[in-house]
Amino acid sequence: MVEPAVDLTHGQHHDDHADHGPQGWLKYLWSTDHKVIAMQYMFTGMFMALVGGFMAYVFRMQLAFPGIDVPGFGMVSPGEYNALVTNHGTIMIFWVAMPVLLAAFGNYLIPLMVGADDMVFPKVNRLSFQVFFVSTIVILASLVVEGGGFAGAWTAYPPLSADSTYNLTPLGSTLWVIGVGLEFVAFLLGGINFITTLMNSRAPGMRAFDVPIVVWMIVVASILFMLSVGPLLAGAIMLIFDQTIGTGFFNPAMGGDPILWQHLFWFFGHPEVYVVLLPAMGVVIEIITTFARKKVFAYRTVIFTVVATGVLSFFVWAHHQFIAGIDPRMANIFTITTLLISVPIAELCFVYIATLYGGSITLNTPMLWALAFVATFLIGGVTGIFLGAAGADIYFHDTYFVLAHFHYTFFPIAIIGAFAAITYWFPKMFGKMMDDRLGKIHFWGTIIPFNMIFIPLFVLGMGGQHRRIYNYSHFPELALDWFQDMRVLATGSLLVMLAFQSVFFYNWYKTIRHGPKAPKNPWKANSLEWTTESPPPHGNWRPDEMPVVYRGPYEYSTPDREDDYWPQNEPSPRGSA
Amino acid sequence: MNEMSFWERAGHFFDDIGLIRIGSSYAGDIDFLILLVLVVVGVWFLAAELIFLYFIMRFRAKGDGRRADYIDGKNKKHKRWITYPHFAVLAFDVLIIWVSFQVWNNIKMTLPDNPDAVIRVIGQQWAWTFQHPGVDGELDTPDDIFTVDELHVENEKVYHFKLEATDVLHSFSVPVWRIKQDAIPGRSITGWFQPTVTGEFDVQCAEICGFGHGVMAARVMVETAEEHAAWVAANAPAVTAAAADANAPSPGS
Repeated sequence: MVEPAVDLTHGQHHDDHADHGPQGWLKYLWSTDHKVIAMQYMFTGMFMALVGGFMAYVFRMQLAFPGIDVPGFGMVSPGEYNALVTNHGTIMIFWVAMPVLLAAFGNYLIPLMVGADDMVFPKVNRLSFQVFFVSTIVILASLVVEGGGFAGAWTAYPPLSADSTYNLTPLGSTLWVIGVGLEFVAFLLGGINFITTLMNSRAPGMRAFDVPIVVWMIVVASILFMLSVGPLLAGAIMLIFDQTIGTGFFNPAMGGDPILWQHLFWFFGHPEVYVVLLPAMGVVIEIITTFARKKVFAYRTVIFTVVATGVLSFFVWAHHQFIAGIDPRMANIFTITTLLISVPIAELCFVYIATLYGGSITLNTPMLWALAFVATFLIGGVTGIFLGAAGADIYFHDTYFVLAHFHYTFFPIAIIGAFAAITYWFPKMFGKMMDDRLGKIHFWGTIIPFNMIFIPLFVLGMGGQHRRIYNYSHFPELALDWFQDMRVLATGSLLVMLAFQSVFFYNWYKTIRHGPKAPKNPWKANSLEWTTESPPPHGNWRPDEMPVVYRGPYEYSTPDREDDYWPQNEPSPRGSA
Repeated sequence: MNEMSFWERAGHFFDDIGLIRIGSSYAGDIDFLILLVLVVVGVWFLAAELIFLYFIMRFRAKGDGRRADYIDGKNKKHKRWITYPHFAVLAFDVLIIWVSFQVWNNIKMTLPDNPDAVIRVIGQQWAWTFQHPGVDGELDTPDDIFTVDELHVENEKVYHFKLEATDVLHSFSVPVWRIKQDAIPGRSITGWFQPTVTGEFDVQCAEICGFGHGVMAARVMVETAEEHAAWVAANAPAVTAAAADANAPSPGS
């Protein structure tokens, strides 16, 4: 019922001697191999991380040295400043955290970890990336059109976002909404695959609780995304109509309500936090179990806790709107649900810490990233309690305290989690062993400056500094010398952190050129992706070597066994599974 | 100020360390809640991080052939180590929720009867307009005083404010009062405050409102009764039209 893939390439010139199907670089453009699509997502996401990082560099320079001619950018006008912070947030969440963690590692790991030769719907998967790629071009284009990029914050509250007489970016704001909308479509297509593949393509013998936790987490994240994105897509279409054809869904003068958008946005926006958090937490537990040589502490508790978190995450959205003009009685209800979500998240952190107990811990690069995730995410988690308590949020709302808080969640997720995943699965993905010493230099060069950026921002937020203001010298209470020193410290730390990223790219280049070849299972890990070649061939395993599963993925240091690991596909000696 | 109880003292912690001044009747309540969360959550945070670091150091592989323990976490004796702490987390959540309710209800859900005065605050791109009652003490009468980016209030008086916006969302924030409320076009939102310290303080717009959001600064002048009466008398009828029409931020800000 679907037309064959080769049809799509008929417009191209073919070499007479070629095999069927696309060749050369087209092979990558039209590939349906989940591993190639994963790489496409990963490299696009890494490129966008550089774009988003550059934006952070520009606006942090402006904040530390107001009015400076920023090298590589120039003077930053208030409008440009707003556009930079808006698109930094948009890009880092939708074009970095989601493609790298959810799409790239979801695509790469799910078929390999459940023992399938590919996704259930490879062509839908390819379409997913192609739509995502178009969305990337749209969002990048929105930055350079006349009037500049959208500048109404990543939350895009109307009426500012809905009316170009207010936002002064008629093209940028519409392209922004279209770009984000297309990105959602791409992830819906990807999510269908993740869920169906886990349900239908598991290797023989693999029961629900034999699935690695990271796969569970990515699939739960996909389900959360699917359930939450509908209202926002509807809102996005209403917003485009308001912008372009003059409807008034969010315009009070025409009977609309701007708060409606906030509900639609945050009904998606809060589960979205867990959509990116869960894959990172999954990655981290895989790494911790491998390098502590420990079985995960209470596997089923983790799964049930994750599901509970997911369900609760649909009932907390209005904590972003305590002082936005909602009924104040509602704030009390959402304070309760918000603080309750600390219970399952705390439980997850306890499980991770408990898993280390009695382990035999090797501190190599991926393990350092994974442990750093737990240590720093804890800061993000506990500072959320300040904001979830409505009484304290009256003061903290929209201050730098909020900013520092969510960077302590999103940075561990999108950056630390991604580096953990990349350094751990690099041997599998590229067939070479990365340099551990360079990896550690990069790790410390990232993690120390990261804390030095955001701890000063907590202090500034506590001191009453609000977000999205391009120059604090207009506010006598914020123009204090020691406040400015804090801003300079944060900016300086950012420069150091950005500089250390070159170590990572150098390590990547050096590894690909000169790195030692990776064996099948360099970490002596249990899950199925380590039972095939590094990198795995098309189809993942030879057809006669498709894996059969005999046990869960965390049988490390099992008593009465010589090896301290027990691959999932190795038959038990007595035949008991 | 000298006769503060322990709890009031705690509420002044962030003022005492010089981070942010307390300038309204309820600022200390908010600061007390923040300090409470800081202490409760801080203890948990430090305990978790210390145990975490201890485990990492204690259970490092030393190459002596020691194998990791096989613990699946199903045993009740082991599982206690995570279930008891998470009941404790729940208990502390309840404590924080309870205190948060008190603070929130006092500031946002109850409106003191018989305010000493009512003012109107109007946000527009990119300035604040303040409407003060004139000599008659009533709002919306011909002798109202309109100012731009300058709010004049009398110390220790209970004020109601009516917050409005003319174009996009704005947010009226006075950090030293710990007050913040979004302004929404098409609505008038009523809230209250009672300044307790005289002086000149910042008003920030806390909700991004377009190009000039970063310069949407205003000042609030908290005056003694005599100063305020003098200001009202001097400004009451004449300033009205001129200030209301002015669009540019006043030179005082």
